[in-house]
Amino acid sequence: MRSRGWFGGRGWGRRRRRRRRLRRSRAPVTLADLREGESGVVDSLQLPEDVALRLMELGFIPGTTVVAGRAAPGGDPRVYRVDGSEIALRRETTRHLLLRLLG
Amino acid sequence: MRSPFSEEANLQVTSGPALLDGPTATVALVGPPNCGKSTLFNRLTGLRQKTANFPGVTVERHHGTVGLSDGRELEILDLPGTYSLTPRSEDERITDDLLRGKMPEVCIPDAVLLVLDSTNLGRHLVLAAPMLALEKPILVILNMADELRRRGGEVDVDALSERLGAPVVLVSAAKGEGLEGISQFLESTFRAPDPVGLPVLQSPPSCRQWAGQVAAESAYRPPVAPVWTQRLDSLFLHSFFGPLVFLLVVLAVFQTIFSAAVPLMDGVEALITWSGGWLESALPDSALKSLLVEGVWGGVGSVLVFLPQILLLFLFLGILEDSGYLARAAVIADRTMAKVGLQGKSFIPLLSAYACAVPAVMATRTIENKRDRFATILIAPFMTCAARLPVYILVIAAFMESRPLLGPFLGTRAAALLGLYLLGFLAALVTAVILKSTILRSDRTPFVMELPPYRWPTAKSLGLRLLDRSKIFLRRAGTVILSVAVALWILAHLPLVDGQAPEIGESLAGTMGRTIEPIIEPLGFDWKIGVGLVTSLAAREVIVGTLGTLNGIDGDEESTGLQEALRQDLDLGGAVALLVFFAFAMQCMSTVAMVRRETGGWRIPILQFTYMGVLAYVGAFVANQLVTWWWV
Ligand SMILES: Nc1nc2c(ncn2[C@@H]2O[C@H](COP(=O)(O)OP(=O)(O)OP(=O)(O)O)[C@@H](O)[C@H]2O)c(=O)[nH]1
Ligand SMILES: [Mg+2]
Repeated sequence: MRSRGWFGGRGWGRRRRRRRRLRRSRAPVTLADLREGESGVVDSLQLPEDVALRLMELGFIPGTTVVAGRAAPGGDPRVYRVDGSEIALRRETTRHLLLRLLG
Repeated sequence: MRSPFSEEANLQVTSGPALLDGPTATVALVGPPNCGKSTLFNRLTGLRQKTANFPGVTVERHHGTVGLSDGRELEILDLPGTYSLTPRSEDERITDDLLRGKMPEVCIPDAVLLVLDSTNLGRHLVLAAPMLALEKPILVILNMADELRRRGGEVDVDALSERLGAPVVLVSAAKGEGLEGISQFLESTFRAPDPVGLPVLQSPPSCRQWAGQVAAESAYRPPVAPVWTQRLDSLFLHSFFGPLVFLLVVLAVFQTIFSAAVPLMDGVEALITWSGGWLESALPDSALKSLLVEGVWGGVGSVLVFLPQILLLFLFLGILEDSGYLARAAVIADRTMAKVGLQGKSFIPLLSAYACAVPAVMATRTIENKRDRFATILIAPFMTCAARLPVYILVIAAFMESRPLLGPFLGTRAAALLGLYLLGFLAALVTAVILKSTILRSDRTPFVMELPPYRWPTAKSLGLRLLDRSKIFLRRAGTVILSVAVALWILAHLPLVDGQAPEIGESLAGTMGRTIEPIIEPLGFDWKIGVGLVTSLAAREVIVGTLGTLNGIDGDEESTGLQEALRQDLDLGGAVALLVFFAFAMQCMSTVAMVRRETGGWRIPILQFTYMGVLAYVGAFVANQLVTWWWV
């Protein structure tokens, strides 16, 4: 499931994206590893309890599918579609949201 | 008075004296942020609380009354949005405290109107669980019915009502649909809900699972994702086009302020000159005439001229807020804000400070971390508020030629104005760095921000904003600016010498100005500017009125324009210094009072006032020296 909108895909930032892709050989492990348009299933939130609770209230509950969307210029923060709404999170937070490994 | 909307809802809006026995009961509007509580509140009460398309608009409790068809009156409370009953910020705490009866001055509401967004029922129903568990009479209001329908969603209201054991209505607060269900509930005798099988409230996963089940059992078909929101986001959050579009829009606004608004401004100015002239010829020569023409007309009129520009600015800010772009701007700004030790959430109050710092200081309540919140309060008055605009425009127009810089897109004057806005923003950022690395150091709080779908700003909502803003502006002109003008006119005509008003330099006002002249002389200001600086402590734009009054009294028979008079009072160095001074100084008593209220003491406002004052003085001094040295 890959939706790019009007201005996605080619051009600016493409080269950087490719470089990142080369660096990554394993499957995504945390939410921060998801690139625009990719999705993953939340497994656990390795965060202080109050932050984890707030994120769960917003839909980041273990078992839920999250789709990564656009990021702000510079790649951080990024918008995620989860449970019917769009939430922006910083990389420093999404690094601690582990994804369920597929297969 | 009957509000035009109340007819269909069969609700009678009462403003004015309340019924003798007063409201019979209190109901509270509770719900997640941005689900339309305030829009509904406005519909029901006929009031005009602020609504906008981003989470965290309402940050305090608002009261209103609604009259029922049987003659009773109910009190309605509009509350800040909250995702759960575990509050994390000041605004969420208000809702929680109220529901739990922890607010001494208000009683616990008799019933709750739980407003949920019907386009995202699965997640929003999660809040229904703790609310039902309160065992308070409750009406579940599914709002945004129009959007649900348009995007192809569906829900069986009766099934949901049965499942929750509480009445449910599907409404559109924006369109005014389905409000009769709400009045039916308000007129009925309240009954506690009777839910079956509530989940374990402490566990979000089990609450979410319960909500999903309830939604499924009520034949809820979620609407398709909003396509336009994704398209617009792919533009506005694009790493190159996003900032570019934003920059172009901002440039366009500044250019419009100068080019499109100048004819308007000239029109208003001509009208004021003409009516002032008419007053002059219609009234017999007397002190009263001088007071009216020079004091009142010169003072208040000079400020009134700036209404069109201010409205233009508010129109722009209104579009930003109502469309949903503001939340994206906060995302884009987050990186910059992180560098100075704050986070994207602080950007929203800062942007609203471009209108006025007073509501901005209040809007910081949505920031969870107290130190971040105080830092944001401390830097908010650096943002160029609407009251600075008249001063900036007057001085720039008086001292700067209008030449195109980038063709028709940007002229020199608009560029200078933009520069002043940037100067204020930079001062805010630098101050934030200083604060966050010294007295307000704290751990980084995570940035979590829900982005609303883009919505068309409605002409009605924008129109009402402009109307309200004009009223505020005119009220200020009629109170603060008017009284300062009158007081100043009196001071400029005393003490009487042989029954005659003295030469203005010898008057009380002149003496006052000359007393402080030595202090401000290094900045390149003369005594008239000094008087303006003193009066502008009441509100920044008062300086324009003051200069207008002084010029009116001092001027010869042929009244010279205010710009011309300003060129005689100031040289270029002094003009730049004046602009810098206004960019930095905290000449606004309302802001000082609000900061005191929100920080709970005098410490922060005094620190802020002193810091900004010193910065303004030093900045103006340096600017004056630099410009004088450069051009001479
Ligand atoms: N399409 C549509 N939009 C609505 C409806 N009700 C409210 N809105 C819009 O939703 C946005 C949020 O409305 P508000 O009334 O400010 O929401 P709120 O719940 O008071 O938000 P907070 O004060 O932040 O908690 C505004 O842009 C409204 O115009 C509706 O029934 N249909
Ligand atoms: Mg509100």
